Amino acid sequence: MSEQAIFTILENRALTADMYCLVLTGPTAAITAPGQFVNILIDGLYLRRPISICDWSVNTITLLYRVVGEGTKKLAAMPVHAKLDVLVGLGNGYTLPDEVKSPLLVGGGAGVPPMYALAKAFLAKGITPTVVLGFRNEDDIFYKDEFEALGVKLLLALGSTFVTDRIREDKPDYDYFYACGPEPMLKALSEQTVTSGQLSFEERMGCGFGACMGCTCKTKYGNKRICTDGPVLVKEEIIW
Amino acid sequence: MNTKVTLSGLTLDNPIIPASGTFGFGREFARFYDLDVLGSFCLKGTTREPRYGNPTPRIAETPSGMLNAVGLQNPGIDKVISEELPAVAKIFHKPVVANLSGFSIDEFVHCAALMDKQDQVGILEINISCPNVHHGGMAFGMLPESAAEVTREVRAVTKKPIYIKLSPNAADIAAVAVACENAGADGVSLINTLLGMRINMRTRKPLLANTTGGLSGPAVFPVAVRMVYQVAKAVSIPIMGMGGVSTAADVIEMMMAGATAVQVGAANLRDPYACPRIIADLPNEMKKYGIENLSDIIGAAL
Repeated sequence: MSEQAIFTILENRALTADMYCLVLTGPTAAITAPGQFVNILIDGLYLRRPISICDWSVNTITLLYRVVGEGTKKLAAMPVHAKLDVLVGLGNGYTLPDEVKSPLLVGGGAGVPPMYALAKAFLAKGITPTVVLGFRNEDDIFYKDEFEALGVKLLLALGSTFVTDRIREDKPDYDYFYACGPEPMLKALSEQTVTSGQLSFEERMGCGFGACMGCTCKTKYGNKRICTDGPVLVKEEIIW
Repeated sequence: MNTKVTLSGLTLDNPIIPASGTFGFGREFARFYDLDVLGSFCLKGTTREPRYGNPTPRIAETPSGMLNAVGLQNPGIDKVISEELPAVAKIFHKPVVANLSGFSIDEFVHCAALMDKQDQVGILEINISCPNVHHGGMAFGMLPESAAEVTREVRAVTKKPIYIKLSPNAADIAAVAVACENAGADGVSLINTLLGMRINMRTRKPLLANTTGGLSGPAVFPVAVRMVYQVAKAVSIPIMGMGGVSTAADVIEMMMAGATAVQVGAANLRDPYACPRIIADLPNEMKKYGIENLSDIIGAAL
């Protein structure tokens, strides 16, 4: 159940040249699954900016975002203690089916953050996932220490070695996969993997809560709104 | 203080009506608030056949507004009547405005005849001004003659009030409004979105997959006020005014320009609570301008 609330910035710092870590405090009860997102109103801009949730607690949300345009640039300039109007708990998020015993989590670039909360959710079930993270280069790596601290099996793919190459080389055992990242990565992964899986998609959104039909995509199970029926789709329904 | 207004015999608790295409069939907003605070609401634009709409991206931001090129995605009139209307009845207990679009006069007539039989529907809004579809859509709204023809044919199949939704892209919107009035329209709705476009400078291509889209949001508010004013001077039928309305003050200004009811569009997408916030602010804003009965100020600026 999504809700609107005013959050206060606790932390807003650069992790790399263009990735930032934003920690907010406010009510988080509306967040029900890893892979959900928030939609942030930024002063002076008309449409909210959707950002995936990296981690959350009863009163904090951690968001890792890449500065790509005017909105995220303004967000990166916001000071600690500033207030933000946020819609919380949007999107379906990932599910953790009981039959999944050895999940493979794959994040590419700005798609890395949701894998953190997902890895924690599996660990809380007593399942240790394998996590494959892809970055453009050494300087772009972020959250490596945080993932290592969780105790997951961590594989990195850098530069011209794609996450799919890394998986082919290391042959991790998995019975299900999860992914978030650029669409070419999602497609390649979907073709290479032998199991089912869940993939998170991006699209330009108007509202983020299902009203405007701005982010509709076609799936084998009918039309879906990325913001509300997604952003997570199962491999079998995707039309590439 | 009294916020009631009467639109073709239909008395609304307040003049606030979420605009078609920004409110779905209401259920996304029912998660945020009790829809019964609204005067009414406009259903998503409906066509004879189900429509997927345009490819994505369908949305782009603009200074003080947005472009959309959704392209009338909807489940089609049969499903709207069999599935959406019963679902709406559970979350909204007042008459709704059904918004109909078409690619031929035949299609408008077919849909209007079906909606005529629906008790929940208080008003039919006939959209002859969608800028995001080809062959049809806005084409009917560009000239007085074609607008009058749609109005006449729809008039013949329904006893419900019909409001023709007009395009700001027409050469002379007042002339189109007069033609609709003469052809039997009970009212007019304006403005639909203004045609716009943006370019992605990295790809050097139009940002929207549809190339162009409809501009809405506060950026268009003064254009909408001007057009409502011009149309109000030209016709004697009621007007549903819309275009960038975001505050209770905007509502009062739009009504002074000649609107009897006021639709809120893009603001719903930015702030899901836009409509209840505006409704809650209305009495304070009325007090500020010494307004006892909101209906007294309709067309005050004319």
